Amino acid sequence: MSFEVDVARRLGDAQVALRLRSPGGLTALFGPSGVGKSSVLNMVAGLLRPDRGRIVVEGEVLFDRAAGIDLPPERRRAGYVFQDGRLFPHKRVKDNLLYGWRLADPANRWMSLEHAVDFLGIGHLLGRWPRTLSGGEAQRVAIGRALLSGPRFLLMDEPLSSLDAARREEIMGVIERIRDHLKRPILYVSHDRAEVERLASTIVDLGSGS
Amino acid sequence: MTAEEWSIILLSLKVSLLAVLLTLPVAFALAWLLARGRFPGKLLLDAVVHLPLVLPPVVTGWLLLIAFGTNGPAGRLLADWFGLSFMFRWTGAALAAAIMALPLMVRAMRLSIESVDQRLEGAARTLGAGPARTFLSITLPLAIPGVLAGAVLGFARSIGEFGATITFVSNIPGETRTIPIAIYGALQIPGNEAEVTRLAIIAVLLSLGALLVSELLTLRMGPGKGGHVL
Repeated sequence: MSFEVDVARRLGDAQVALRLRSPGGLTALFGPSGVGKSSVLNMVAGLLRPDRGRIVVEGEVLFDRAAGIDLPPERRRAGYVFQDGRLFPHKRVKDNLLYGWRLADPANRWMSLEHAVDFLGIGHLLGRWPRTLSGGEAQRVAIGRALLSGPRFLLMDEPLSSLDAARREEIMGVIERIRDHLKRPILYVSHDRAEVERLASTIVDLGSGS
Repeated sequence: MTAEEWSIILLSLKVSLLAVLLTLPVAFALAWLLARGRFPGKLLLDAVVHLPLVLPPVVTGWLLLIAFGTNGPAGRLLADWFGLSFMFRWTGAALAAAIMALPLMVRAMRLSIESVDQRLEGAARTLGAGPARTFLSITLPLAIPGVLAGAVLGFARSIGEFGATITFVSNIPGETRTIPIAIYGALQIPGNEAEVTRLAIIAVLLSLGALLVSELLTLRMGPGKGGHVL
């Protein structure tokens, strides 16, 4: 199993709970906004601590409340692509891309800067500041930054939601190529059925009731 | 400008510089606690930090005298252990200026720390940065314009410090006679208008320059972030 997630966490008045087993490929968490899809990704990334449960990715236990295991985010090797890009505003594109790459154990790196730049078509952006990028450009850089950190798996939180139709198509193509060529398991969050049906190999419907 | 006036200006600069250097780490730690910390008594700490802003300066000076005077608990400790004395010394003037500048510096730094998007820190963590590296590579660089703005503001406040200083370390030429104290002293004797005018102009220029630098640094935090310190 690529993803084995069984977590619960109280957030204010709401209770976020999810049980999921997925064989790999692109696993989509699908459901309306407000059901805690992003919270699940944050728990897998280690940015939010579940009240109880267990998270295993590719055989490695990231969190196990009962066993007292809680790896800090920097040791989980998650390539997290956020909804809003979240590029570092004080670093140029190249330094954003290399931020995680420089921190990664050389043995864990599986992509070079040249490869990522080629793969995403962002060679002309390397010297730019994040605030000068369009939404689509910023999202490609954010994906590149995540890939370059040598992740064992990817987390994508609505990576298309802030883009117009043409850019959505373009980034969707990038995600398909990551899914098909890079072979890293992806946990993907979206509220868009068409998007999920096109991209996902496994769909977890969170509905409003679950 | 006479040699004496130059020495007054240099002393003011020296006192203010030491005051800012003394306060910088303390103010940053306090700003961090107030911006990010969750602990009981936070409101009280916030109030205590701001106390020098509203307390009559002469009361602050008197409290310093009690604490750091020759027979004060802190004063005796520092004298015994390090041979340090603040009484009637320029270091005492710097201590008084530091206490008076603290609230302004904490305010500016707190604003700049609060304006750092914590989600960026989360992103850095997922990319492999531990807490210390995240602080050094993300939080601090993003907060640094506000931290510097606070330091410059504290410097300006120190240049103008009068009440606590004269109460704590008196008016001693070459040791504690800073610009405001010299102006006050000169005003006590008729016929010193020219000296007063020259020192006052210097004070205005120094303060205005510091405020401009501080505001420019605050603008560097970007529109919609941070905001004005005053």
